[in-house]
Amino acid sequence: MNDIRFYKILIAVNALIPLTLLAYDGWRAQLGANPIEFFLRTTGVLTLSFLIVTLAVTPLRKMFGWNSLIKFRRMLGLFAFFYATLHLLTYSVFDRSLSLSAIVGDVAQRPFIAIGMAALLMLIPLAVTSTNGWVKRLGGKKWVRLHKLTYVAAILGVIHFWMIVKSDIFYPALFGVVLAGLLAYRLMPKPAREQGLKSQVGR
Amino acid sequence: MSEKIPSSEITPESVYFNRRNFIKAGVFAGSALATAGTYRFFNPPPPPEVVTAPIGNVSESRSFSSTETPDTFETITTYNNYYEFSTSKNGPARAAEKFVTRPWTIEVDGLVGKPRVFDIEELLRLDQEERVYRFRCVEAWSMVVPWTGFPLKKLLDLVEPLNTAKYVAFHTYYNGRTTSPEAKLPPGPNGMQSSFSAGIDLPYLEGLRMDEAMHPLTLMATGIYGKLMPNQNGAPIRLVVPWKYGFKSIKSVVKISLTDVEPPTTWNLAASDEYGFYSNVNPDVTHPRWSQAQERRLRDSRMQPTVLFNGYGEEVAGLYAGMDLKKYF
Repeated sequence: MNDIRFYKILIAVNALIPLTLLAYDGWRAQLGANPIEFFLRTTGVLTLSFLIVTLAVTPLRKMFGWNSLIKFRRMLGLFAFFYATLHLLTYSVFDRSLSLSAIVGDVAQRPFIAIGMAALLMLIPLAVTSTNGWVKRLGGKKWVRLHKLTYVAAILGVIHFWMIVKSDIFYPALFGVVLAGLLAYRLMPKPAREQGLKSQVGR
Repeated sequence: MSEKIPSSEITPESVYFNRRNFIKAGVFAGSALATAGTYRFFNPPPPPEVVTAPIGNVSESRSFSSTETPDTFETITTYNNYYEFSTSKNGPARAAEKFVTRPWTIEVDGLVGKPRVFDIEELLRLDQEERVYRFRCVEAWSMVVPWTGFPLKKLLDLVEPLNTAKYVAFHTYYNGRTTSPEAKLPPGPNGMQSSFSAGIDLPYLEGLRMDEAMHPLTLMATGIYGKLMPNQNGAPIRLVVPWKYGFKSIKSVVKISLTDVEPPTTWNLAASDEYGFYSNVNPDVTHPRWSQAQERRLRDSRMQPTVLFNGYGEEVAGLYAGMDLKKYF
């Protein structure tokens, strides 16, 4: 077994452990008094976590020269999409009883639902165009530009999280700070970044 | 590479790959354990069931009680909003374990003829009734709780309210870190967190209009399921106002003041457009961020329509005759 394949399996298994534990706790009725709310919140937090990890790949590569990380980025992004889909399914089935009119009404009336839904819809084209075929078809530059939407989706995701809490903003704020840091790295002028790179890698 | 390495020192291929596989297996197991551990850290197993002493003098009279099946003791004691201890639902059960509620006194003052301090043991000697009430949280979930306690009116009558008293203000015990001038309360060992961590100003304040406070439905609860109030539910004594959103039912009360002006209330101070002074359960007044038309019943996780005044309209609608409930929400 080569190393890349090993690490891919390692990441996939670790990415599915939260879902496994969630399902196991659900099966033995240990999700607390409001299992649906628990499932919704957990899948939401997992979506945001995977989005953040996906967005951290490029800064980590550049700062520490861990170039092979790029080989795992697609997979991490797809796990974000996977948990986002579970999040949406839970909401649609258990919160809105699969009623399209109830979902549309909710999106129209509740800004936090609209924002979450927008973030989720944005992830669909990104998941679809995540294949090598689509990278070729779009061309590298266009593909990269399209996939900057990940940042928009992550920002909307943090706002969505922030809007639903009553006063305990600690976790939304934590996600916000990390995301802002990743964004700031992107927006940093190139020379400064390269200097950082030199000092880190010792070229 | 002219140097000769004796063949005896070359690791055989099979051993080399075995070692690599061994390391890989270790990395695999280690990372899986770390991931599972992280998940468990953020989602701890449910706390052990809390045990409290039974209350002796509970009468069988069940006036105003709902005929609905109450939620289990486990649900009621593991799904709590008690921000002094934790902002998560199952957090207060563990965080409040060390909360000391003896000795405990309630000071009743303000516009009353006979202001005085009550000891909790004295209040527990009053006749206690069991009341099964629906409980509707502002977060759109609901449960049914078999409270034990006595009408607040009984307590207020003992201090002889003056005619000038129009409102009743309540304070929760608090000794965490706060900047509030209201916090002149006795210290004691407990697991309370800072106002900053709770995200709201503490001590927690609530208030009722005098007629709401004197209403026979309004209860000072000292227990659930005939046992002394568990810490996470607001030990040793709390308010229960079943036709209002749950946050009006202030926990662990240490002070009650009768006033002639509408008292400040914690959630109203935190977000006045979201939480009004009255906060009567009303499916037609939507919370700015979510609908109040339905609620999730915790017993079976089903959504059900929310009823005006939480179904207690027959008893309390008269209190609000002629009032615009959308304005005074």
